[in-house]
Amino acid sequence: MKKIKNSIQIYLHYLSITIRCMMQYKTSFFLTLIGQFLTSFSAFLGIFFMFQRFSKVKGFTYHEVLLCFSIVLLEFSLAEMFARGFDSFSVIVKTGEFDRILVRPQNEIIQVLGSRFELTRIGKIFQAILIFIYGILKSEVAWNLTKVMTVIFMLIGGTAVFSALFLIYASLCFFTLDGLEFINVFTDGGNEFGRYPIGIYGKKVLLFSTFFIPYALIQYYPLLYILGRREGILYPILPLLACWFLLPAFLLWKFGVKHYQSSGS
Amino acid sequence: MKKYLSFFQLEFTMGLQYRIAALAGVITQFFWGFMEIMIFYAFYQGEPSAFPMSFSATATYIWLQQAFFHFFIVWNIDNEILDSIVTGNIAYQLCRPINIYNMWFFKAIASRVSRTLLRCFPILVTAPLLPSPYGISAPASCFHFLLFLLTLLLGLLVTVSFCMLIYVMAFFTISPQGLRILFSSITEFFTGAMIPLPFFPEKMQKIMELLPFAAMQNVALRIYSGSMTSYEMQKAIILQIFWLFMLIMIGKLLCRFAEKKITIQGS
Repeated sequence: MKKIKNSIQIYLHYLSITIRCMMQYKTSFFLTLIGQFLTSFSAFLGIFFMFQRFSKVKGFTYHEVLLCFSIVLLEFSLAEMFARGFDSFSVIVKTGEFDRILVRPQNEIIQVLGSRFELTRIGKIFQAILIFIYGILKSEVAWNLTKVMTVIFMLIGGTAVFSALFLIYASLCFFTLDGLEFINVFTDGGNEFGRYPIGIYGKKVLLFSTFFIPYALIQYYPLLYILGRREGILYPILPLLACWFLLPAFLLWKFGVKHYQSSGS
Repeated sequence: MKKYLSFFQLEFTMGLQYRIAALAGVITQFFWGFMEIMIFYAFYQGEPSAFPMSFSATATYIWLQQAFFHFFIVWNIDNEILDSIVTGNIAYQLCRPINIYNMWFFKAIASRVSRTLLRCFPILVTAPLLPSPYGISAPASCFHFLLFLLTLLLGLLVTVSFCMLIYVMAFFTISPQGLRILFSSITEFFTGAMIPLPFFPEKMQKIMELLPFAAMQNVALRIYSGSMTSYEMQKAIILQIFWLFMLIMIGKLLCRFAEKKITIQGS
């Protein structure tokens, strides 16, 4: 217990250092913030203009898709904010920086996580919250306690799944030394294509994202429950079950650390 | 001219070295194209009548877009150039008896062409083999195909001359990454990378087609499947040439201005 408390303290300390560091370049910070806002804003406009022409997609209305889009965006940007340290992990491995991390008497994951904290993702989070509120106001969902809890579980589960994907990306760097770009298909692709309910992509994609990479557990099924299309106590809990995905990611990481061969000089 | 061609050659051979990266890129492109088509298909199933172009033309548009992805993306600009401006290494290049604008221009074209050559063939070979409405269909006619090649080239030149503005503007701002994100997200939307321009409401589409962004990928990808009338094609090609000259002129003027006023960063 004391160990966990200690780790959290160290992580928070890392955060405060990175934030103070970032605030030294205020203009750059705000430009990137606006840029982050704009990149996901054009994704939103893409949805907006498609629904100017079409009224529904596979039975989902515009406002229902917006709910889905904003929740996934929120999940993804939360994960990005905390776990993007894994994104630049290939540099840490390539330069031999990881040796320095290993000799310190602290958990490696905390140190890597703390190496980068993307506060600029607040631009995306802010937008996701605005669209989410708009979606709620317009989509006539009959809210009750379990539905609110479902949304919170979705955020927890979603952040966990995307963080796990970032962790897998980093772990593979132990073996390849360079970042494998095609993992982006699962991280950025999950965000990009998660803007529509996964059900619209057909049965095969749905099966894949139920059992292999659990996107559907953090997006499609709980969404159906919130929109009142499915009943049952299982649906609100599904997003939490998606957290199992952290386990293989974590094991892969441990395996990678064990097989790590220094490459620096 | 000869020295710029050698810059082209140098950059081109360098670009061909990254074959593993290209393989990863091709996988990503396949996945992306596949998922995009699924989205459009889902919309198509609900209301086929609301589609502004035939479904096979849309699928062709998406596959060609993926195949020639590196011709037209704006965020993939040369970080080395931006870095050289930020760190001050640009001073060495300014000393040489070359025109910086021309050198960057040729380098940019070379890197885009080499990246595309490495990546486009797997898609161009497999996508036509996919079952009918989902793959690349044959070009509308031989004439359309020739026009496609011409407008593809013009589109590439317009994209490059647009990216040159980012380089030149980096002289003034010294925070190129912000500029880069800003420009690329605006372009992505207006150029038809997010959704093809015909899917926008009519009035908006009319305005968007006049902008330089529409002179990039939009023209070639739509001409291929014959979803433009001959009047529209004429207008689009003239606009492409117009924007190409405008963008190069603005870029060159800005560049000359920047060279006079430049402060070299670093020590």
